[in-house]
Amino acid sequence: MVRGYAGKFLEVDLSSGGIKDVTFSDDILRNFVGGRGLATKILWDRLGSRWEEIDPLGPENIFLVLTGPLTGIYPGSRVCVSGKSPQSNGIIGSTLSGEFGNELKCAGYDGIIATGKAEKPVYLFITDDNAEIRSAEHVWGKEAPETIRTLTKEGLELLKRAGRGAEKIKEPAMIYCGPAGESRVRTAAVMQKISHAAGYGGYGAVMGSKNLKAIVVKGRKPLPSVTSPETVKILLREVERQLLERDRLRRWGTGYGGYEVGARQSSEPVRNWQEEWHDEKRFGGPKFDFRYWVKRYWSDFNCPVACMKVAVVKTGPYKGAITDDPDYEMQAYLGPNLGIFDPDKCIYLSALIDYLGFSGINGGNTLAFAAELYQRGILTKEDLGFELNWGDVEAFERLARMIVKREGIGDILAEGTYRAALKISEMKGVDVTKYAVHVKGVEVGAHGTRSGLDFNPIAYACSPQCGDHTSGVYDAYNDARIVFFDSAVVCSMCGSPLIWDFYKAVTGWDLTDADWCRVLGRRIMHIQRAVLLLGGPDIFWRPEIHDDNPPRFYEPLPSGPYKGKTTDRKTFEDMRKQYYEAIGWDERGIPKSSVLRELGLEDVDKALDKVRKQ
Amino acid sequence: MSGRRETILWIARDYLKCTGCRRCEIACSLFHEGWIWPEASRIRVFMLVPGIEIPHFCSQCHDYPCVSACPVKALSVDERTGAVIVDREKCTGCGVCIRECPGNIPFFHPGDGKAVICDLCGGDPQCVKVCQEAKFNALWAVREDKTGWGSYNRKLFAQPPEEITKDVAMNLYGEKGEEWI
Repeated sequence: MVRGYAGKFLEVDLSSGGIKDVTFSDDILRNFVGGRGLATKILWDRLGSRWEEIDPLGPENIFLVLTGPLTGIYPGSRVCVSGKSPQSNGIIGSTLSGEFGNELKCAGYDGIIATGKAEKPVYLFITDDNAEIRSAEHVWGKEAPETIRTLTKEGLELLKRAGRGAEKIKEPAMIYCGPAGESRVRTAAVMQKISHAAGYGGYGAVMGSKNLKAIVVKGRKPLPSVTSPETVKILLREVERQLLERDRLRRWGTGYGGYEVGARQSSEPVRNWQEEWHDEKRFGGPKFDFRYWVKRYWSDFNCPVACMKVAVVKTGPYKGAITDDPDYEMQAYLGPNLGIFDPDKCIYLSALIDYLGFSGINGGNTLAFAAELYQRGILTKEDLGFELNWGDVEAFERLARMIVKREGIGDILAEGTYRAALKISEMKGVDVTKYAVHVKGVEVGAHGTRSGLDFNPIAYACSPQCGDHTSGVYDAYNDARIVFFDSAVVCSMCGSPLIWDFYKAVTGWDLTDADWCRVLGRRIMHIQRAVLLLGGPDIFWRPEIHDDNPPRFYEPLPSGPYKGKTTDRKTFEDMRKQYYEAIGWDERGIPKSSVLRELGLEDVDKALDKVRKQ
Repeated sequence: MSGRRETILWIARDYLKCTGCRRCEIACSLFHEGWIWPEASRIRVFMLVPGIEIPHFCSQCHDYPCVSACPVKALSVDERTGAVIVDREKCTGCGVCIRECPGNIPFFHPGDGKAVICDLCGGDPQCVKVCQEAKFNALWAVREDKTGWGSYNRKLFAQPPEEITKDVAMNLYGEKGEEWI
């Protein structure tokens, strides 16, 4: 019996209603660990042979919810969702925090594999070693608060019936998709609590396409046993001690960045990245803190850092908006990026986006893209039905709701920035892809490359997670480390060099940093890379064209202390070439046969032959 | 008058400051069960409304209704700390203590089905330690005069989690808090 794992996975065929337990051999768990790693293995084994034909929003796609051996034990409990991504057509390991991961493990499962498509809206209810499919018709179309309220109540009722009645049972944890996921908006997030989102990859849309509204879970067992409990206890204390020293992150979360990143580093999106600098002090951290934060420390299971903060708008027209922080990415994408420099409005939009189950980063990017097209006169009032000026929060709310309902122009924008850009270019006869700020279909995080002070030029362009700001690449060796956090499924903000010792104390397996970075992590990244190149069915990526920054990143910065600076194409190309070489890809960016064979990925190598011939 | 004041231990709580990190649950179960077992923790953090976390555990009422109601005399009060001690040999898991508790605080152990009540870790509560260490200050230890006025205050805290949640939600979220409940 492998330690650190609950020992089995739940496989649900939503088409037939069949539920069964599946297990993976120790070898697979050892090589792929869990989360993002195991997701690549499962998806490759099951869909790899016909990857190009699989429609991410069709019933043949697989929706994965996976934990890892360290989930719940190492500080920062998270859960990883994956599948064939409706955004990039590759695999993205998208993680979100909350209590779902540890509850699932306490219920005796390491993960959920959902296949097929339910006829009518359903949700999964999981208790100790047990799962059932239940009707979700009463919460279909409902926004976050009502979904959470209804399903929590229902879950407690079911648990009470199973128990002895007298005692209070703690509420179950759940992940769910909002109305955005239900209408298969390609940028829909998988949500937990009110504001915890797995935004990258568009897996909310995958849930929606399967008619799967939510997964509710309550586990009453202890977390899985580990190899050396005493060592784990000592390591836990030590890691917590280290984390408790991270004062800035603890005090401000990432919310200190809203002003700092823009003003000092000139790398914050402003009006769809037309600028990356702003000097609006009213958008600084303290403005959020003293005015809106009703809870200065908010955290999830086993987290001493508490980088979240509960923000509530208490007065004014946006009264009643509740969200966390907003963290830096939300501040940037639903603030300056839309021309909004008012914390009230930013919190209001963040809360709205969360309630709709729309991704703040990806959706915020699409909203700004539409606004830029309006600014340039490409989209008109007739196209939209209203004016879409920078800073007009009501207009952005209207557009967000149109996207979620797929009404009018919203139907096109629901396809995500890149696909919408292709369609609008065709519709209007002008090339608008140059205004689309994305990498391989995934809208980039709120960190620019032009000033040279924040992300490096190849961070997004070469990443197997595309525009994901949490997995940007820097050098071929160290990038793999973040893959470990996504695979052991713990919060990467809780990183510590002790994680390898932790891993050994939990699983009993020796894993060195070098082994992970040279072999195991690299293997996972190579599978991700390969399926990204296989792509399909609607969009394919060619490395020589698409391993690149969005065109906007090559325009000179128009304002601020770094005015005139831009991403240097020559530097970019040199770095890309070096990166290809270091990670084992040929000059065209396709993984080399020899490297794939070394990593034991012969079948992946064979599948890539057709890409090599193109 | 004797020079020595007799005091008992009590854990004060500030719901507004609870972050929901559940490290108290982890510390409690590590101490009592030897491994991380949130459902067997004597302190349980309820989150009926997201963002409103309620650490829920024995508040040692001055009249101990659970102790007097126990039909098999499995419950007793620790004289030194004031904690309720469950004799696991005697407990039959009938649930009378749960029903008698004004806050519905005791619960059945998910392992053996017997009543579980906070025992203050014998006078050195682990939950308080981790909460203080993280500087959240949602929990702190109070030494109270055994017979003084202070002890009456405690009973106010034995409330079901739903009721506390309502009040805290109103405090933090205002009118919106009402909608959530």
